[in-house]
Order: sequence, then structure tokens, then C-alpha cells
Amino acid sequence: MVDFNRFVLSNGLKVLVHEDFTNPMAVVNVLYDVGARDEDPEKTGFAHLFEHLMFGGSINVPSYDEPLQRVGGENNAFTSNDITNYYITLPAANLETAFWLESDRMLSLAFSQKSLEVQKNVVSEEFKQRYLNQPYGDVWLKLRPLAYKEHPYRWATIGKELSHIEEATIGDVKGFFAKHYNPSNAILVVGGSVYTSQVKELAEKWFGSIPRGEKPIRNLPKEPVQLEARREVVTADVPLNAIYMAFHMPGRQDNGYYECDLISDILSRGNASRLYMSLVKEQKLFSEISAYITSSSDPGLFVIEGKLTEGIDPQLAEAAIWNEIDILKNELIPERELTKVKNKVESTMVFAEMSLLDKAMNLAFFELMGNAAELNNETQKYLLVTQQDLQNVANKVFTKQNSSTLLYLAN
Amino acid sequence: MIERTQAPAFRQVENIELIKAESYSLDNGINLFSINAGSQDLVRIELIFNNVNWNPEKPLQAYVVNSMLVEGTRTLRSHEIAEEIDYYGAFLQTDYNYDQSIVTLYTLTKHLNSTLPVVKQILTDSVFPEEELATFKRNQKQKLSINLEKNDFLSRRIFNKALFGNTIYGFSSTSEDYDKLDRDQLVEYFNLAYRPGNCTIVVSGKVDEATISSINDHFGRDWDKGVSLHQNTFTIPVRSGSENYFEREGALQSAIRIGNLSINRNHPDFAALQVLNTVLGGYFGSRLMANIREDKGYTYGIGSALVSFKNMGYFFIASEVGADVCTSAVEEIKKEIDLLRTERISEGELSLVKNYMLGSFLGGLENAFSHADKFKNIYFSGLDYSYYSNYIETVKSITSDKLLELAQFYFNFDSFEKVIVGKK
Repeated sequence: MVDFNRFVLSNGLKVLVHEDFTNPMAVVNVLYDVGARDEDPEKTGFAHLFEHLMFGGSINVPSYDEPLQRVGGENNAFTSNDITNYYITLPAANLETAFWLESDRMLSLAFSQKSLEVQKNVVSEEFKQRYLNQPYGDVWLKLRPLAYKEHPYRWATIGKELSHIEEATIGDVKGFFAKHYNPSNAILVVGGSVYTSQVKELAEKWFGSIPRGEKPIRNLPKEPVQLEARREVVTADVPLNAIYMAFHMPGRQDNGYYECDLISDILSRGNASRLYMSLVKEQKLFSEISAYITSSSDPGLFVIEGKLTEGIDPQLAEAAIWNEIDILKNELIPERELTKVKNKVESTMVFAEMSLLDKAMNLAFFELMGNAAELNNETQKYLLVTQQDLQNVANKVFTKQNSSTLLYLAN
Repeated sequence: MIERTQAPAFRQVENIELIKAESYSLDNGINLFSINAGSQDLVRIELIFNNVNWNPEKPLQAYVVNSMLVEGTRTLRSHEIAEEIDYYGAFLQTDYNYDQSIVTLYTLTKHLNSTLPVVKQILTDSVFPEEELATFKRNQKQKLSINLEKNDFLSRRIFNKALFGNTIYGFSSTSEDYDKLDRDQLVEYFNLAYRPGNCTIVVSGKVDEATISSINDHFGRDWDKGVSLHQNTFTIPVRSGSENYFEREGALQSAIRIGNLSINRNHPDFAALQVLNTVLGGYFGSRLMANIREDKGYTYGIGSALVSFKNMGYFFIASEVGADVCTSAVEEIKKEIDLLRTERISEGELSLVKNYMLGSFLGGLENAFSHADKFKNIYFSGLDYSYYSNYIETVKSITSDKLLELAQFYFNFDSFEKVIVGKK
């Protein structure tokens, strides 16, 4: 159970407070409702590049990191296809420093040309380190455009290509900030050794005077229903053949989401899961295999990926995956097996309450979806899923025409 | 109007309170330490075994035994072990590092008595089935073949070999090592090392007397004492600054790893040297980050660390940088090291680092698990809680004169081992 209080400033900033006096720290989490899906298709990777620039100094404070470190704080941020999330951990006694820094960069950035040039380099190196200079590193750069033809999920948060990052201008930066970084498009969560009254006072003081701005209206192209199986074969300088299969599935708040999440656990969570037992241990077709969901706000992907055992024909391996999928579609998952994955979901939620930062991030994310209180009903939603629900969803999702298969073959 | 250009008042962290471990002895003499804190009804139980009887002829023994504990006992097959644990929403984890082999159970307290028997069984009755071993070897070799394509992975292997030679710390597995591994080696090591006399238990979370008593019922009796064993000890000769360049065609980035043998937690200079390391590369605002990432944009990340092992410590700097700027990056690293040796750190920078380190220490005490981790750090180094009061005192009081002295003594770029994998 994660308790919280909520209030809204007159400029539209939503503020949530989670009082937890078991540890002496405070967490300040700011979620902006903007992600890679909101980018111009010709300027991809920008939301993430912009996240880097948020550390390049703001209108009244030349350095973001330095004053925070000086009071014993740490911070970081991440960008996904859906959101951009910034977080600070610091001794609760110095909470005001976090308000000062976060509010100033919500008010306005410094828009330093030097910062832009350097961060373009840094992000280019990040692009190389994570996507280009690693075996199989570019899989998502290929799989996304195979599975999505219209929706902006067709590109990764890092961007379609290096050139998009290299071409970003200070004008782009200003435009993006003006459009997305304002109080009505943000959720502030403060947690730890803090009182709601104190947070209210600080929030009014530091964020209250920031102009509301306009909450951008999101109007993204819907991904058309896929009508035939898609397939791409690439060869690269990698040691092993690999298979990636992606199926369109419901979005985070749509019917069928919880079913898909549980099915992915049935397939690959733990050493007694189906794909691991059947394809790695018994048939020895793969050396590793996993199933997972992208958990995105708009309709996402259910992915099955595996590395093939040397000498195994990819066709045979692919057929074996389909065989496991057919079992899901044709036979009810036994009660005990379903209870097992539900129990795991339940205990994972309890363990997550050990981390203050996780709690704050979860509150922000659930508030974005409509109501932070739903965080405390999340386990219940998984527990309500029945064997029949799983079979129904499996039959909807796992069809050939809904599949995009990427064969990643060794040279 | 509020004054936005002025930083709000702040305080240095003053009170840092550690939750101290309570000590128990199980019926068979196993030392158990407990950290009782938190409101969630759950526990983490760690069974920690020293790595012993290092034999360079059988270098994978200890690691593979640890990994394969979950692969079958006389009465439970691999998937049955997983099934038993997963059904109760628990997590069973095996971890291996150079000094220790660890088995960890995370469970809701209400399922303790359903999950502990499985843990007991894998610790006393594992059989390492031939078929599972064959699968394990095949999968490990496949994983290795992928890792060998990663510059960062390669640089670590070359660096460890250069620094630690033919010891457990310098060893890197090859495909052939897996081929030479047989079941007898595993059974031999399992029978030797997984014994009460070589075991320490650390339990953290909401721990009550019933939990302790349940642990005693499972691990405090009916567990054969075993034969005597010898602790791994190594003396590692200090080498003098070799350069290792491993070229990889078409690399977009190069992995850099630079460092030397150093002191460990037992040495009186350790805390002070940690301050120096933090200045150099131990936090986001460090000199290496400020220069090589935030000013030059050569990398996504660069950092340095001081690592404490049982037998010694070591210091290293690591990064992955654009292949075209690799040489410049190494030059900048040298500049930063030389600067620490020649110029005093300013009061402004030093006070920032001190405050940062104290805040970071406080932030590292989030829950029962983190307090248990703090305990393990001192216990397995043969230290007590005064280590932490000394640490805090050192961070608060150290001067830039002392840090200059330490830099001159401990950091010398020319004598560092240097590894570059990629292009330069």
C-alpha cells in the first residue's frame, strides 16, 4: 500500500506527496508527458536529446548538477517512447534545493549553444555504445519499423539515425521546450521524510508562479491493423543466429494488457517457464529465450526473442516457438501455473515498496494514466484474470498475420 | 518575487545512523546476523560461502557449482526447484564473485516454511546431473561467444589478466575451460565448500524470533560438517605499467581500462583514497566526467572506482569513447591524474565532494537490505562498525594537502596498466 496526498497548483501542476519517515532521504520526481512518440518523424531522438539538455543550465541557475551535489543529492532521468522522467534523491533536510533547481528549469532553460553541441556528441556516443557497437545492438532499430508502419513507435527513443541528432538546432530545442515543458504537462511527486504541508508551501513558492502554458493535444496516427505476416532477414557480424518475433498487443490501459503480461510470465519467467523448459532444456534449440511486453501507453508489442543453438535450422526453431504458442491458444493454462505467475506479480509489488524512488515513480506514472490511487489496485487486476481470459487473448494476439519476425543471422 | 539566482540554505548531513546487525549462533555453530527493519512482511536470507581451495587446473569449479545449485537434487529436478520457489512468489538467486559464493532467498514471511526446505535441499543434496551440465556448458559457451564481441568485456579480461596474473582475480574463462569441466569436479567442490563451517547467514527485512528459529531448524542441524579446507590467499606482484592494445576492425568506439593494484578496506588510507577517487571519477560531476563527457563530448560515460577484495584492492578508470578520439581521451585522463598530483583541490570542490559523499552514504541506507549490505562490507573484511564512524569522520575532515599527498603516493599514470580495445 502506497499512501499519498494530492493537490493541484493554479497553473495546473499536479503534486503528489508520499510521506515515508522510515528513511532520512527525500525523492523529488518530475514526469513530463512527452516522449519519443511526440517527435517529428524527420527529427527523431529529440525528446531524449532534450532530456540531456535539461542538465545544461537553466535561466537563473547556470549549473544544475553542481548545487545539487553540494547539498548531498543525486539525480538522473530517462526518456521512453511515452514519457520523460527526472528524479532527485537528497537528504530530506535539503529538500528546498530540489524545488529551486526543478522549478527553474521548468521556468526556462539557458539554451546554451555549447551545451547543445556537447550533448549532441554525448548522445551520438550513446547511440554508438548501445545500438551500433554491440552485437545485436541494432535489433530495435529494425524491429520497430517492421512492426509499426504509421504510429511513431516505429522509431526508438535514441532516434532513427545518427544524422537526426547531429542536425538538431537551438531553434528545435526552444520550440520543444515551449510546447512540452510547462506545469500543465507535468506531474511532481515528492516522497520520503517530508510533510504534505511543507511540500505544499515549497510547491507554491517555487512552482506557483510558472506560467501554465498549454497542455499539448496529442493526436498520433493510429497503427492500422496488420493484415499479413511480416518478415525480415538480416545478416551481421554476430556469432549466433537469433529470432525476434513481435505481435501487436493492447496498450497499458486497454483490455487484454494484464493477460499479455501474465502470458509473458508463463512463457519465460523463471526456470520452470514454458519456453525455457521446452526449447532450451528439453529440445535444446535455443541457448537463451525470453518473452516480454513493451508496456507502452498506446498499443504495444509482445516480443519473443531467442538465440539459437549452434547448428540448429532457424526454420525448425521458429516452428518450435509457434508450437508453444499453439498450446497457449488451444489449451487452458492449468490453474496452478496461473496461480504461480500471479503470486510472483503479487510479491514483486510488495518488494517494490522497499524502494522510495520506485514508489515515487510509480505514483507519477499512475497519475499520468488518470489516478495514482490505481497503483494500489494493480495487483488485484492481475489476480482477477482467469484461465479463459488468457486463452481468449492468446487467440487474438498470436496470429501469423499479427506477427513481425526478424531473423538475425550470423555471417 | 522569489530570488531564483540564490541557492536556498542547506546543511551538511549530520546524523547518520546505521541499524546494527544482531548476532546469533545456530545449533551447529553457523554465525547468523540479522537486520530487523521495515514494515513489509518479507525477508532476504543470504547464505554466504567463502571460495576455497583455488585450483588453477580447475578454475571453473566454484563458479559452476554455484550456478548449478538450482539444477537438481536427489529428489527434485531443475524445473521442480524453480516451480516450488516461484509458486510461493519467492526469488532464489545464486551469485558468485571472486571471494564468495552466495545463495539468496527473497520471500514473503508467510511462505518462509514452504521455501526454506528447497534451499536446504539444494545446499545439502545437489547432484549436478550430467544432462544439465551438458546444457549449461553449451549455453555458457554460446553466451561467451557473444560477450567476446563486446569491447568492454574484452577490455576487462585483458586488464584483469595484466593486473592479477594467474590468480582467481586474473582468470577469464574460455570455451576450452568449459570443455575440460566434468561432473566430478563439481561434486568435489560442492562437498568441500557448501558446509556449515564455511557458511555465514545474513537475514534482513522484518525478522522476528520465529524467522530465526525457522532458519535454525533448516540450517542449524542435519548438515554434515565436512572436511577441512583452506582459504584462498594470493600475493600479487605489482607490475609496472604495461600497454595493451587489442585492435578490432571497424570499431566505432574503443573501450579504455586503466588502473593499478591498490589498497583495500582494511588499509587506514582507504576512506581518504575514496574521497580522492570521488573527485576524479566517482560521481556525475567528477573531473573525468566534467572534462571528457561534459566538455569534450568524447563519451557517454566515464568513471573510476576503488574496489576492495579480500586479498587486496584495485583502482581503475573505464570508459567507451569514440574511436576517432580515443588517443585524445587517454591524454585527457593522463592530464587529470597529473593534475591531482600537482595541484591542491580547491576548497569549493572539496566541500562539494564531501557533502555529496555524505548524502550518498545516507542515501545508501534506504532499507533493511541496504543496512545488511553495509554490515557485510565490514564483517567480511574483519572490521567493526567503527569503520563507518571513521569513514564519516575522514570524509568530513580530510584536507586538500592530505589528498595531494595521497595522489602522489597512489596515482602514477606511467605505472598504471593500460588497456585499449577497439581502434586508436
